[in-house]
Amino acid sequence: MSSLPASIRRSFRSPQVVGDDLQRFWNLTLTLAITEFRVRYFGSVLGYLWSLMRPLLLFAVLYIMFTEVADVGNSVPFYGLYLLTSIVLWTFFTETTNGSLSCLVNREDLLRKMRFPRLAVPLSVALTALFNLGVNMIAVFIFAVASGVTPHPGWLLFPFLIVALAILATGLGMLLAPLYVRYRDVDPIWEVLMQIGFYVSPILYVADKWPESVRAILQCNPVAAVLTEMRYLFLDPSAPTTADVLGSMWLVLIPVGLTVFAFVFGAWYFQREAPRIAEEL
Amino acid sequence: MSSVTVAATETAAEAGTAKATSVTPAVEIHDVSKTFRLPKQRYSTLKERALHPFASSEYDELRAVQHVSVDIGQGEFFGIVGRNGSGKSTLLKCLAGIYDPDTGGVNIHGRLSPFIELGVGFNPDLTARDNVLINAIMLGLTRKEARRRFDQIIDFAELHDFLDMKLKNYSSGMRVRLAFSVAVQVDADILLIDEVLAVGDAAFQQKCYEQFATMHKEGRTILFVTHDMSAVERFCDRAMLLEKGDVVDLGNPVDIARQYNELNFGRPELVAAEDTLVGESGTRGGVSVTRAWFEDLYGQQVITQESGTRVRACAEIHFERDVENPIFHAILRNEANAVIVHLDTGWRHGLTGTFKAGETIKVVFQFENELAPSRYALSTIVSEQDRAEIVAVHEIASLMIHSTVLSGGVIDPPHQIEITRQ
Repeated sequence: MSSLPASIRRSFRSPQVVGDDLQRFWNLTLTLAITEFRVRYFGSVLGYLWSLMRPLLLFAVLYIMFTEVADVGNSVPFYGLYLLTSIVLWTFFTETTNGSLSCLVNREDLLRKMRFPRLAVPLSVALTALFNLGVNMIAVFIFAVASGVTPHPGWLLFPFLIVALAILATGLGMLLAPLYVRYRDVDPIWEVLMQIGFYVSPILYVADKWPESVRAILQCNPVAAVLTEMRYLFLDPSAPTTADVLGSMWLVLIPVGLTVFAFVFGAWYFQREAPRIAEEL
Repeated sequence: MSSVTVAATETAAEAGTAKATSVTPAVEIHDVSKTFRLPKQRYSTLKERALHPFASSEYDELRAVQHVSVDIGQGEFFGIVGRNGSGKSTLLKCLAGIYDPDTGGVNIHGRLSPFIELGVGFNPDLTARDNVLINAIMLGLTRKEARRRFDQIIDFAELHDFLDMKLKNYSSGMRVRLAFSVAVQVDADILLIDEVLAVGDAAFQQKCYEQFATMHKEGRTILFVTHDMSAVERFCDRAMLLEKGDVVDLGNPVDIARQYNELNFGRPELVAAEDTLVGESGTRGGVSVTRAWFEDLYGQQVITQESGTRVRACAEIHFERDVENPIFHAILRNEANAVIVHLDTGWRHGLTGTFKAGETIKVVFQFENELAPSRYALSTIVSEQDRAEIVAVHEIASLMIHSTVLSGGVIDPPHQIEITRQ
């Protein structure tokens, strides 16, 4: 017992980000996500309707606003559908980031009373948001067919946009979750940032409505890139792509790079903070 | 399972080179320390952090666990005891991988149960049925396995009729039963248990203890953190006493339980009650309880006593005003904070007479202690004749009752049991 045997040093049990059992990690993440999803949808009779109503009502208000009151959408083909889809995607983005932000604090019991892979908690939040997105996308596709958009091969690339958005949102989530454990004012700060993000991203309008001078800069926003690509792939093959708005194929690397950076930095920060999360909660 | 065998062969090889005699321990704790840093000024917002960029360097250190080393053998029932804040739970959390120890390491051979408390992750908005499945998965079963064992879990919990009730409508006792029933289904070789039996009725507690005994017989290793010394004496093969993060002693559970009791009575707030408690309550109503203690029949002050003996609860009371026919009360509460004994002069003693200002008296409550083993805290109360409270001093002294048996009840009356064939 005088010196530390090598085997002990190796099997040092520190709180794990993923854990040594990937199967268990995935099981836990999925279970948390499904539970959350079920509680939300089956908790009340209208549960499912309510979660569908929220983006739809927002859409209805904005649609009337921007076609009848302010003339933003009238010159844009399928403006209504664009608005609906971007609201649905934005909802996914906010649900993931806002949910991740408070998830470690909300799941305190799991983290302090159990050996629980830390990453399963924010990842399950993203997964629940993804389930919701899936449900909302059904509504979007029904609207799309009803408004006469012809399905074309570009639709097959749509999931890649969702993947890109999910990577960005998860990356930010991994950054925000441990940050909120330490600093509680991250919550209002992030709320303000998201509100700015809502107007800075082309959700209510399309990217080519931006003034020429700032267009390229604003398009570097990864969310803007996803929405612009969504318009091109999903609704209108004649609409400008992200590369068109940015002015060069190479500049597309900026939003892509920002997404990758958010993910890598978030993951790095999360694994750095993970061992101490339980004691700081 | 593969990691288990790897670990086992590794140490087998090591043991072969070092000592061929020893059996592989289930848990090797080597020099584990954990210190919490409590900043004197905690900045919990980014704004404060930005305003005071250099201010966080000052903090108090709380050494929760200090250089603890112990090997726990395969199949051992190992008790970890200590007073509140002695580092028991922190050590358990280091073992479970919830906290990251500052020094040393822990080597675990076998599957470790992932939880240290019951009912972790229960969702009040879901039915018991859903919660059982979710909880089983969280504790490490696969989805399929969880479904397969569902009936067994419900049988053990005896909650068939409440399966589709939402958990928020469950009583706390029912929740514990459900949680425990899921927990025992976990396929773990090594279980970590932190005071799980604090809730639940006596019958279910008994069932839990039986379950532990069964698991122990099956050869599982159990690490048990508790305040219940009778459970330690009854179940543990070995026990460890922690105090301020240090190992005070390690060994025979009976010795450890005795030492724990001694340590407990070294508490200044209980023994030196006359200094601390009078300041708070002495002014109340012009009557003060200056001192209280327990003694045996020979007038010897005691802090522990065997169950079944006669003991005296004594209180010294000082009057600063005239009081006519006050009623004196002595109340004993057990560790669960339930009132077990309430003696007072109001019912059978008759009128106590008049006490003049400046008088100091001693009241002795003598009684047969048929109490079950526990720690009993004494409250002394003086009230008016109409039972309106004048002064009440709680936890002024305490008495630990020992016994060789643990009945599971709150009193152990002298009794005979007869069995006759009809």
